[in-house]
Amino acid sequence: MNSVQLFDIIFYVLAATVLASASIVVFSRNIVYAAFSLLFTLFGVAGLYVLLNADFLAITQLMVYVGGILVLILFGVMLTNKVVSVDIKTGTLQVVPAAILVVLTAGILCSIILATHWLGAGTTDFLVVKTTAPKIGEALITTHMLLFEVASVVLLVAIIGAAMIARREKTQ
Amino acid sequence: MALHVSLQHFLIVSAVLFSLGLFAVVTRRNAIMVLMGIELILNSANINFLAFSRYNGLQIDGQMAAIFVIILAAAEAAVGLAIVLNIFKNFNTVNVDEISAMKQ
Repeated sequence: MNSVQLFDIIFYVLAATVLASASIVVFSRNIVYAAFSLLFTLFGVAGLYVLLNADFLAITQLMVYVGGILVLILFGVMLTNKVVSVDIKTGTLQVVPAAILVVLTAGILCSIILATHWLGAGTTDFLVVKTTAPKIGEALITTHMLLFEVASVVLLVAIIGAAMIARREKTQ
Repeated sequence: MALHVSLQHFLIVSAVLFSLGLFAVVTRRNAIMVLMGIELILNSANINFLAFSRYNGLQIDGQMAAIFVIILAAAEAAVGLAIVLNIFKNFNTVNVDEISAMKQ
């Protein structure tokens, strides 16, 4: 088995993992199962990043999404559901119109993707490259300097804003 | 050696992931499930960025865009969950169809 065949097999395994666990996230009635299934979706997406030669992004995905956002979501689940009432199932609304809308969206997107003539016919050679982290670091302090600074201010504002909003106000 | 897995494969995975996220955002009653759907949508956008960057000769610009999407997703999740916690404190529910007033 050469490396190209191995690439294909890994891609299909990861794609199946991502789509199956995302379906559980969307269709599960139990919000805790959905939150834990989101973990496998995020891991699978990180694997797809590795296949796309984005190793730094894959590690960032694991640290920010799995280590941060998912834990935050789990805290949200635990804090907003009454543990004593054990009712952590969630309902759905307007399923049939939403299903029609979503199937239409997916069909249109897929037909556009398949019909478009992509640059270089959408294929590429198997690349063995070193990590992209040095290139990203260089771009962050040269061509993307302004975005980098704006992102830091956005994060600061988000932290202060979240702390202010979630703070329990003292009565008297 | 050209890869069998083409750009279209990645784009279709991302399109299906986007549709699943959209379905969660539109149909679920619980506000936290809506936030999870938004995370799925942001992840599908990131797969698109990285796939275009990779299949155009490993340009770095797509990866930079993906980094900023992740940064904004972190900020969005923090502020969104803070708002949800506050709503729960005031209304004692997080079902988006029951929260129809600006105040109690």
